[in-house]
Amino acid sequence: METRKNEPVRIGFYVCHCGVNIAHMVDVEAVAKYVATLPNVVVSRNYKYMCSDPGQEMIQTDIREQRLNRVVVAACSPLLHEHTFRGATEAGGLNPFYFQMVNIREHDSWVHTDRLEATRKAMALARAAIQRVPHHKPLEVKKVPINPDVLIVGAGIAGIHAAITMANAGKKVCLVEKEPSIGGHMAMFDKTFPTLDCAMCVLSPKMATVGSHPNITLWTYSEVVKVDGYVGNFKVTVRRKPRYIIEDLCTGCQECVANCVYKEPKFPDAFNLGLGKRKPVYMPFAQAIPSIAIIDPEVCLNFKRGKNPDGSYTVSDKCKKLCVVACGDRKAIDFTQKAVDKEITVGTIIMATGFKTFDPHRTPYYGYGVYPNVYTALELERVINASGPTEGHLVMRNGKEPKRVAIVHCVGSRDENTNRWCSRVCCLYSLKLAHLILEHTDAEVYNFYIDMRTPGKSMEEFYNRVAEEGMHLVRGRVADVYPDPNDTASGRLIVQAEDTLTNRILKIPVDMVVLSVGLEPRPEAEDLRRLFNLSCSSEGWFLERHPKLAPVSTFTDGIFLAGCCQGPKDIPDSVAQAGAAAAEAFSLIDKGYVEQEPNTAFVLAEECSGCKSCIPLCPYTAISFNEETKKAVINEALCKGCGTCVAACPSGSIVQNLFEDQEIFSEIDGVLAPLPQ
Amino acid sequence: MSDSTNKTPDGKWTPRIVAFFCNWCTYTAADLAGVSRMKYASNIRVIRLMCSGRVDPQFVVDAFAKGADGVLIGGCHPNDCHYVEGNYKCLRRYQMLKRMIADMGIEPDRLRLEWISAAEGEKVRRVVNEMVETVKQLGPLNIPCKFEEWDKEMEALAGHVAHSQSAAGAACPDHAKPQTAQTAHV
Repeated sequence: METRKNEPVRIGFYVCHCGVNIAHMVDVEAVAKYVATLPNVVVSRNYKYMCSDPGQEMIQTDIREQRLNRVVVAACSPLLHEHTFRGATEAGGLNPFYFQMVNIREHDSWVHTDRLEATRKAMALARAAIQRVPHHKPLEVKKVPINPDVLIVGAGIAGIHAAITMANAGKKVCLVEKEPSIGGHMAMFDKTFPTLDCAMCVLSPKMATVGSHPNITLWTYSEVVKVDGYVGNFKVTVRRKPRYIIEDLCTGCQECVANCVYKEPKFPDAFNLGLGKRKPVYMPFAQAIPSIAIIDPEVCLNFKRGKNPDGSYTVSDKCKKLCVVACGDRKAIDFTQKAVDKEITVGTIIMATGFKTFDPHRTPYYGYGVYPNVYTALELERVINASGPTEGHLVMRNGKEPKRVAIVHCVGSRDENTNRWCSRVCCLYSLKLAHLILEHTDAEVYNFYIDMRTPGKSMEEFYNRVAEEGMHLVRGRVADVYPDPNDTASGRLIVQAEDTLTNRILKIPVDMVVLSVGLEPRPEAEDLRRLFNLSCSSEGWFLERHPKLAPVSTFTDGIFLAGCCQGPKDIPDSVAQAGAAAAEAFSLIDKGYVEQEPNTAFVLAEECSGCKSCIPLCPYTAISFNEETKKAVINEALCKGCGTCVAACPSGSIVQNLFEDQEIFSEIDGVLAPLPQ
Repeated sequence: MSDSTNKTPDGKWTPRIVAFFCNWCTYTAADLAGVSRMKYASNIRVIRLMCSGRVDPQFVVDAFAKGADGVLIGGCHPNDCHYVEGNYKCLRRYQMLKRMIADMGIEPDRLRLEWISAAEGEKVRRVVNEMVETVKQLGPLNIPCKFEEWDKEMEALAGHVAHSQSAAGAACPDHAKPQTAQTAHV
C-alpha cells in the first residue's frame, strides 16, 4: 500500500514508556493526549515497550486498520531503534521512509530533572515530527555491491585470530602490521593467566598459520597511510617501510646476522624492551613471522647517519658488507630499498591495533628509570621468559637474583593523576608474575594492591590457588620507593605503603620492584582515528557503536573493532572479540551488498540557475556541470548525503532526501510552536 | 504566530533554544550524555542533520523568526568531519551569520557554534547549560511579537500614505496595500 497523491495524511503517533526510563520523567499520557489534538493525527497511543513485538505489531495493525500513511514513534535515539521502526512501518505495508523518530529518552528523560519541563519538551519534539512527516516521500534503499576482501590492521592476538577466521572461510585477508613481526604483546609474555600455559606455545602455531595461509596477504613493517571510500568499497593505501631485505628472497637463515661486522650484539633490542642487545641486522625474535631479517639503518655502518628530507636513508657503502657475502646467491639484501605505497581495495576493515603499557616515568615516586632495580611488569615478562635476555634466569640488572620482590599494582590505573580506569588485567598478571617469581627463585614476594579484582571464568580460582603459594598480599597503595639509607651499596629499595587493613605504615626493604603498569590507548590511536574516520572515547580508546548491543561495530559502517584498541581486556576476551568482529564482517560480506541510506541530494533541473556555487563545495566531486543544459548534475553514486550543497544553493534547487528544506523548516516550526498551558 | 513567547505554566519566561546537531559527532555526543545520565537544562530542542554543513543560514534565521531565543549549532571537530569538510563550510556560514544577525538587531551571542565529538557528552552538558545562561542574561528575543508590532506600524503608515495620496488625488494601488507577516517575512 503506497500513499497516492492527494490522499489525506493520516499519522499514527506512538509514545514509548521504555519501562520507566521515559515514563518516570515524561508524562507519556499527556504527550499522547496533546499529539492527538494535532492536525493529521489519526491515532495517538502510549505503550510500555514500543520496540517489543507487541509494540511493533500495534503499529502494523494500525497502519492496516486505520489506513495510516505516516508513523511517528517517540522513544529512544534514532541511532538505536530507527531501523526497528522503519522495519515495522514497512511490515505494515508502508514505505519505511514514511516513518520519523522522536528522541525523548537520551535527549529528554535521561538528561532532565523537572518532569513538567521534560514533558513539555517531549511535546515540542513530537510536534516537530508530526509537522515533518507530511512532507516525507517514499524512498528506496540503494544497494551497493560489497567487495569481499577484508583489511585487518594490527597483528597481535586479536588481529591474528580475526585473520585466520576470515581466511579459513575463504575470504581474502590483507593483514597489516606496523612491527617487523606479527605477535604483538602476547608474543612478549611468558605465561598466561589463569591456565599458566606458555604464551608463545599457544600463539606461535597461529602465527605460523598466518604466515603460510594462502588467503592471507601479510604485510609486516607496514602502515596504513590513507583510507578512501565507504563500506563495501574502501580504497586503502599501505606504506611498506623498507627493511632492506627482499622478503621473497630471504630464507630466514640468519647467516647475515652471524656474519655482520659487529661480532657482538651491541644495540638495545626493542622486543626485549632494551634489556637485551641485537646487531644492526637482526631477527625481531626467534619465532618471528615472517621469518625474515631486518636491517636498522640508524646503526648499520653501510648507511650514512641522519635522514634525507624525504625520510629515507643514504647508502654510504663504507662497510665491508659481510652480510651480503654471507647471503651469497640468495641476494636478499638490498640497501637501496625504498618505502613503497600499495593500494588495495577491501569491503570491510577490522581494527586490532592494540594498546600501549603505561609509561611509569609519569609516576616518578616509584623511581622507574632512576633506580635500576625498578622494572615494569612487561620487562619482568621478558626477564622470566626462556627466550628472553637472561634466558629465563630471574636476575636483576646487576646479575643477582632478588631475595625480596615488591609488586606494585595499579600503576597508571585507578589514579586521578594518571588514568582513571581499571586496566582489568593487572591484578591477574601480577598474581601470575608473583607465582612465576616463586617458581624461579626463593624470593619473598609482596603484592601491594588497592582492591584485588579477579573477575571472569576461572580467575577467582586462580587467585585463591596462587595466593596460597606463600606470597604476601598487602592491601595498600604504595606511596614511595626510595633507596635503603642503611644499605646504599646493594641498590636495595624501601617500599612504603599503608596497610589499610591493619592501619599501619609499612616500610619494606626489597631488592626488586615490579610496577604493574596499566593499559593505555596507543599514541598513534588519534591519527588512526582520523584516518579511518572513527571516534574515540574520552580516554582515547576506539569507540564502539553501542557498549552493549554493538560492541565490535563502529560508527563508520564496515569498520569493526577487535582487542585492546577498544579498551583493556585479557587474551580470552580479545580473541572472543576478534571472532565477533570477523562474524560481523562476514554478515556484511555474505549478504553481498550494503544498503545505503537514501539521503542523497539531487538537482531540480528546472530551478537550477547554473551558478555553479555547489560544485566546489562537494568533497566527493559528485557534482558536475552539464554544459549543454547549463545545469548542475549530482552523481547519486558518489553523493554521500551530507547536504552541504543543499545549504549553499542560492535558488533552493538542490534537494536532500530525508532532509528536505521543507522538512527541516517544519521541524523548526514544530519545536517552537506554542504549547498548551 | 501570535503567542510565541515561551512561558512555563506558572507564567515565567524561559528561553527556547533550537539546536542543529550533526548526526555523527554532536548528536551522538548528546546521546552519550543521555546514556551517562548527565543533567542539563531542558530548554534545548535538537534537530538532527547529517552534517553541520547542511545548516542552511535560512534555518537559523527562520528559527529566530519563529521565536527561538538562541540557536546552537554542533558539528565535528576540525579535521574530523564525517564528510571531510562540511564543518568548515558551516564555520564560514556561521561567521557570516554572526555579522548578519547583529545587523538585524539580534545579539550575536544568541548564536553559537561548537565542535563536539561523539565522546564529549560532558561538553554537550556544559555548552547547553552555558548557552541557556547566556540567553537568560540576554532576555527574550521574541521576534514574532516584533513582527506584529512592525506590521501594525506598517499598516498605520500605509493608511497614512493612502490618506495623503487620496487627498492628492493620484493613488498607486499596489503601494497602498498593507504589508502583512505573510508577504513581508516568509
